[in-house]
Amino acid sequence: MRDVAIIATAQSKHVRAASTLNEVELIQPVIHEAIEQSGIGRHDFDFTCSGSSDYLAGQPFSFVMTLDAVAAWPPIAESHVEMDGAWALYEAWVKIQTGQADTALVYSYGKSSPGDLPRVLSRMMDPYYEAPLWPTSIDFAALQARVAIADGVTSEAQMAEIANRSRNAAASNPFAQLTSSPEVADLLSSEYLAEPLRKHDCAPITDGGVAVILAAGDKAREHCTRPAWIRGIDHRADGHHINFRNLCVAPSIGIAAEKAGVGMGPVEVAELHACFTHQEPIIKAALGLDESTVVNPSGGPLAANPMMAAGLIRLVEVANRIHSGEVSRGVAHATGGHALQHNLVAVLEGEG
Amino acid sequence: MAERVAVVGIGQTKYTATRGDVSLPGLLREAAFRALEDAHMTFDDIDCVVVGKAPDFFEGVMVPEYSLVSALGAVGKPIFRVHTAGSVSGSTAIVASQLVEGGIHGTVLTIGWEMQSCSEAMWALSVTMPFQQQLVAGAGGYFAPYIRQYIARSGAPDDTGILVALKDRQNALLNPYAHLHEHDITYESVRDSIMLWDPIRYSETCPSSDGAFAMVMTNEAGGDAAAAEGRQPAWIHATAMRSEPALAAGRDQVSPQAGKDCAASVFKQAGITNPRKEIDVAEVYVPFSWYEPMWLENLGFAEEGTGWQLTHDGVTARDGDLPFNPSGGVLSSNPIGASGMIRFGEAALQVRGMAGDRQIDGARKALGHAYGGAAQFYSMWVVGSDKP
Repeated sequence: MRDVAIIATAQSKHVRAASTLNEVELIQPVIHEAIEQSGIGRHDFDFTCSGSSDYLAGQPFSFVMTLDAVAAWPPIAESHVEMDGAWALYEAWVKIQTGQADTALVYSYGKSSPGDLPRVLSRMMDPYYEAPLWPTSIDFAALQARVAIADGVTSEAQMAEIANRSRNAAASNPFAQLTSSPEVADLLSSEYLAEPLRKHDCAPITDGGVAVILAAGDKAREHCTRPAWIRGIDHRADGHHINFRNLCVAPSIGIAAEKAGVGMGPVEVAELHACFTHQEPIIKAALGLDESTVVNPSGGPLAANPMMAAGLIRLVEVANRIHSGEVSRGVAHATGGHALQHNLVAVLEGEG
Repeated sequence: MAERVAVVGIGQTKYTATRGDVSLPGLLREAAFRALEDAHMTFDDIDCVVVGKAPDFFEGVMVPEYSLVSALGAVGKPIFRVHTAGSVSGSTAIVASQLVEGGIHGTVLTIGWEMQSCSEAMWALSVTMPFQQQLVAGAGGYFAPYIRQYIARSGAPDDTGILVALKDRQNALLNPYAHLHEHDITYESVRDSIMLWDPIRYSETCPSSDGAFAMVMTNEAGGDAAAAEGRQPAWIHATAMRSEPALAAGRDQVSPQAGKDCAASVFKQAGITNPRKEIDVAEVYVPFSWYEPMWLENLGFAEEGTGWQLTHDGVTARDGDLPFNPSGGVLSSNPIGASGMIRFGEAALQVRGMAGDRQIDGARKALGHAYGGAAQFYSMWVVGSDKP
């Protein structure tokens, strides 16, 4: 495998509704900032890959217009995934592995604000048996939370602690949408949204985007003083129908973690794509993390959850901490689908 | 050192306006099982599934691959979804091939599909967005002005498009999977069909189809094993993708630069210096008849302004020296999200010698081509009977 690193990153300031910006206007400054930071010329990337969702944009081929944000003239080698940007990064990483590229620009974005996001996400379910019932993403997550509590994986009190810890941690994250939390006792006395989930258990609805620059080998060292090397990366899917799955466990995360080599060394920091509080212990267990790992120091998706970008942001938050020298080894997790169905795990390391 | 990649299994459904007898998973499994059977494999042999289709709005299912994981045997495996406009399932095939080429997986299943009977694609493409120009009349309405510009520039005879449509629809009669089997088609019937978007007539337009196409790709060892059992693989010689913006000053939509760059790249990587001579057969994305002469020029098979002469001279016919779309092409079958992969896969079938009645004798090197968006996204591959 070729050595590939994240050498530059940028994010938008994540907000509930970027009402005055369209997707191009939202992502263009973010892409520009990442390119500037890398010191690579804007026409010098060997490959560009992005992730977004037509259903969020309310438009077929919505990514076509967003191509305007990357100055694809003269023409570029480019691709797009209808998945979180973490998978766009994966495609770029594969491209670099083939030897057809040494550098890549990756970006993703989501504007959830124009629609009713939990209802929109119900369209992601099986079209014959589930989608006709219009269960929202929160209804679906609540089913998983119920099972997790019943099986002793977590409790409402622990979930409130996770919400409190995450949002207070986000106070130091300049991009976060929610940056403080009421006390745990106050959280627990609030109304249920979908029992056992309360509002604090759910990630906020967010508009935002993220951009990442990848480079291989010496190219990475040339453009970054402390590259965040992708030592392992893998993604796996579980089945869709919840009656075929034990919702308390995420076997696909375990497989991806093993393939990515999570257990090959200490995990100083982990950024987990847990959009609901009860998912954090499920992901931690599947990754085999113990209490020595700092989880979601950025605040995680509970502090800002731009759809299609929140997974890639997990890699960015780990990479940033490696770039700064704060940590030497960390794990990033990204998810797609309902109830942790599709999962990507990456191990990032600094040198020396 | 990149791994050599072989296509060892191909499966497709019969294309039709409405496949009312199967569900979405059922449609995909039909193509997938045929590809697996062709490859002498089962789902257990597959390391990863790579899927592509046109916009989710066409079936009204958001990221449908999640509910297809079990049906595609992908539980516990990676499943990957590519989305790059009309070029999508060509791009999907390329992403699948790169997972093998990069040494990440040994055997990959890739599938492209569309169930267009679930919606009206033309209007799904014509939604009104704030601050964006509305497409109003679907893809044909968008492309017609550029076709008129091509005619004005090249001086091509008015009936060039009729000849292309007639050829492709007659080719389709040899392809049991083709959607349109118009046994009574004639030059006159195409000419007399209703004008939809001048100069594109009804019979010069692609149909709306349901269908799926699947391929199994393996590393060199897998290709060698298939060959040793007498099952000819299609070896991938080169792949390329290029994109350019929908709107850019100086952009030529008649012969877009991204298409020229993509063709130049794929031919160079494949060691091809004279495409007209070295490519034996091409499956090229021609959704409206006039795109045959336009792509002949854009791909470098003909000098600018002369592509139509090849069509008129019969060069692109089955018995010509550069057959274009012996499968009948997009003009005869168009499940949008599979149409690119059908081009790639039909090219592979040709160099495997497994194209049945539509086989071109002696085809050893073939081009698969797809394009999309405002003629701005391109994906291409060159496959051969011999190892690259």
